[in-house]
Amino acid sequence: MEPVILLRDAVTVLGGFPALAGADLDVWRGEIVLVSGPNGAGKSTLLRLCAGLASLAKGSGRVLGFDLVRQRREIRRRVGYLGHANGLYLELTAEENVRFWARSAAAPAHDDVATLDRLEVPTRWRSLAVAHLSAGQRRRVALACVVVRRPDIWLLDEPHTGLDGPSRDLLDGVLREAVAAGATVLVASHELDRSAALATRTVRIVGGVLSSTDEPSDGSRGTVDVA
Amino acid sequence: MDRGGLLMWRDALLVAGKDLRIEFRSKIALNQIAPFALVVLLLFAFALDPDRGFLGEATPGLFWITVLLSTLLVVQRSYAVEAADSGRDSLRLTGLDPAGVFLGKAAAVFVVLALLEVGLAAGVRLMYDTSLRGWPVLVVASLAATTGLVAAGTMYGALAAGLRARETLLPLLFLPVVAPVMIGGTRAFAAALDGSSGEGWRWCGLLITFAVAYVALGMLLFEPLLEDS
Amino acid sequence: MTTSAQVETPRRRRGRNERLATTSSRFTRALGVIALLMGASALLLALVISPPEVTQGDAVRLFYLHVPLAVAGGYLGVGLLAVGSIGYLWKRTTFWDLLAASAAELALIFTALTLLTGSLWGRPVWGTYWEWDPRLTLTAVLFVLLIGYRAMRTASVDPQLRARRSAVIGLLAAADVPLIRMSVDWWRGLHQTATLNPLNPSLDGMMLFTFFWSMVSFAVLFLWLLVHRFRVAWLEEQLADRALDEAIAQRRAEAPQTP
Repeated sequence: MEPVILLRDAVTVLGGFPALAGADLDVWRGEIVLVSGPNGAGKSTLLRLCAGLASLAKGSGRVLGFDLVRQRREIRRRVGYLGHANGLYLELTAEENVRFWARSAAAPAHDDVATLDRLEVPTRWRSLAVAHLSAGQRRRVALACVVVRRPDIWLLDEPHTGLDGPSRDLLDGVLREAVAAGATVLVASHELDRSAALATRTVRIVGGVLSSTDEPSDGSRGTVDVA
Repeated sequence: MDRGGLLMWRDALLVAGKDLRIEFRSKIALNQIAPFALVVLLLFAFALDPDRGFLGEATPGLFWITVLLSTLLVVQRSYAVEAADSGRDSLRLTGLDPAGVFLGKAAAVFVVLALLEVGLAAGVRLMYDTSLRGWPVLVVASLAATTGLVAAGTMYGALAAGLRARETLLPLLFLPVVAPVMIGGTRAFAAALDGSSGEGWRWCGLLITFAVAYVALGMLLFEPLLEDS
Repeated sequence: MTTSAQVETPRRRRGRNERLATTSSRFTRALGVIALLMGASALLLALVISPPEVTQGDAVRLFYLHVPLAVAGGYLGVGLLAVGSIGYLWKRTTFWDLLAASAAELALIFTALTLLTGSLWGRPVWGTYWEWDPRLTLTAVLFVLLIGYRAMRTASVDPQLRARRSAVIGLLAAADVPLIRMSVDWWRGLHQTATLNPLNPSLDGMMLFTFFWSMVSFAVLFLWLLVHRFRVAWLEEQLADRALDEAIAQRRAEAPQTP
């Protein structure tokens, strides 16, 4: 059985700079992996690479069995990515934003409302243009846009930033539910104590280099040979 | 129609609906681009002596130059909304069909531009005292020319999107390419206003050829533009 | 994980450097000699040996430069730009990207020279430097299209993004050429201006030969320059690759050894 994320000596170049200078990573289905590391270590780039957003300059990688060079579109439609930017349409309401993502993923009807309910987005925000919401409120709407797609892999970049205590608990709950339903989560964060409690495993990336091809923490599955 | 084709149309509708809804909310086209077009019409009157009948004679050319400049703004706006929340990933992450995204964005720009052209036609009628004749040619030429402009504009908007030089790059790339639309649209209008519709239909043929070619190229070539990091 | 730059032997490095030092090979040296001889003989034929034309006089001599430049830049250059762009979108390899870029750059230079010779020729024959002649108009639009292509190539430092977008622009521009041609032909159809028609039977045999010899010579010259331009681009690419390897090695060295 293949890991859902498999990187071998992956290099990603951003504007001539090797933001990822050699990442080896195996992530298995059902894991919640915390990617830790100092600023500029390549956490965000690692997530963008796995989302099919940043391109692979050297090395090889597969996500959900799809090649990171040739099948990025297949990968993109199956992952849920939340970056530093929320990427919402500011003129649209919270509800409309979530509905756009729901429809693009061909999610069942009324999933958008159910998702907003699950994330406890108050009804009075839902019909407001996102531009009028506060940073924390927008973050929750952006999360809802990811949740509504029911992705196989969740790639979250500093998801706890800007969220208050109850919202963070809510997020952790949503992630645990997703994992229980068969999803896999990769979280980049430097708030270790917060995310470590949630994670089943922590990997550390420094200077664009990461080496984690170990077995998952429960030890139930074997590793594959390094290619 | 096969499933992929259906998905393409569904995605096109989704994107067009989203863009038009954003436009409806922000009213940028109504409040800023339409007034801009009006200002351009005024400027032409300042540049060409309005008393000597130049304006009436030059109406086809002035009309299409104004449309061309407005197209730049509408296209720029169409891609600015994608990057409004400092992210350019949404369209790619949705995993929507690339040809569908192209058609959807182009359709939304088409609607805005077509409405703008109606306003401009009223503008030249009133301000330049041009009597509009040969309606069938005028309408067909406008529809074909607008389709061509919108298809090319949507492609070049995506080509310039996300680059630091995008504001200056878009006109440099887009304007020379639509030279046939400028020539065809102007000639077709001139012929229609002169009452020689036979000549006008010939130019409509060229405009339709351009429109078909660029819609087809856009549907084929949009995918690599959605891959960018 | 080994860093290739460190384990490489000095000897192999030097070998690579020597290979990098030049863009010529025996083949291109021969091609260059042929191209220059052909070019010189074409110039000799055009400017000295061939007779003056009945109506245009000596001005016709510029035509032996103008038309071949236009054909080499417009047809050969833009054709290869289209081939390179399609090749890249299909195969996604650097070769096709650099082929398109090199062809476009040479096409830009040849098109600029076409415009220059065209307006110099127009002054004595038309009495003006610029005439809205369909072919000259087409060349002018082509010139701006090629400038746009070049602008895209300098607009991004990401080689993959640049290659992808440039390929799309190259293809769109090439597809536009027949449409522009059709539109300017119709537009200026009633204003057919004086040109040289090689199919005109009244044309002197020597003039005809000069015309075609010049065509072939400029095409060979174009291809010779293209090979060199391509190789320069290829070497630049290797240099960038090496700089990237060094940057990767440096970043790896900065990272503490992770268990």
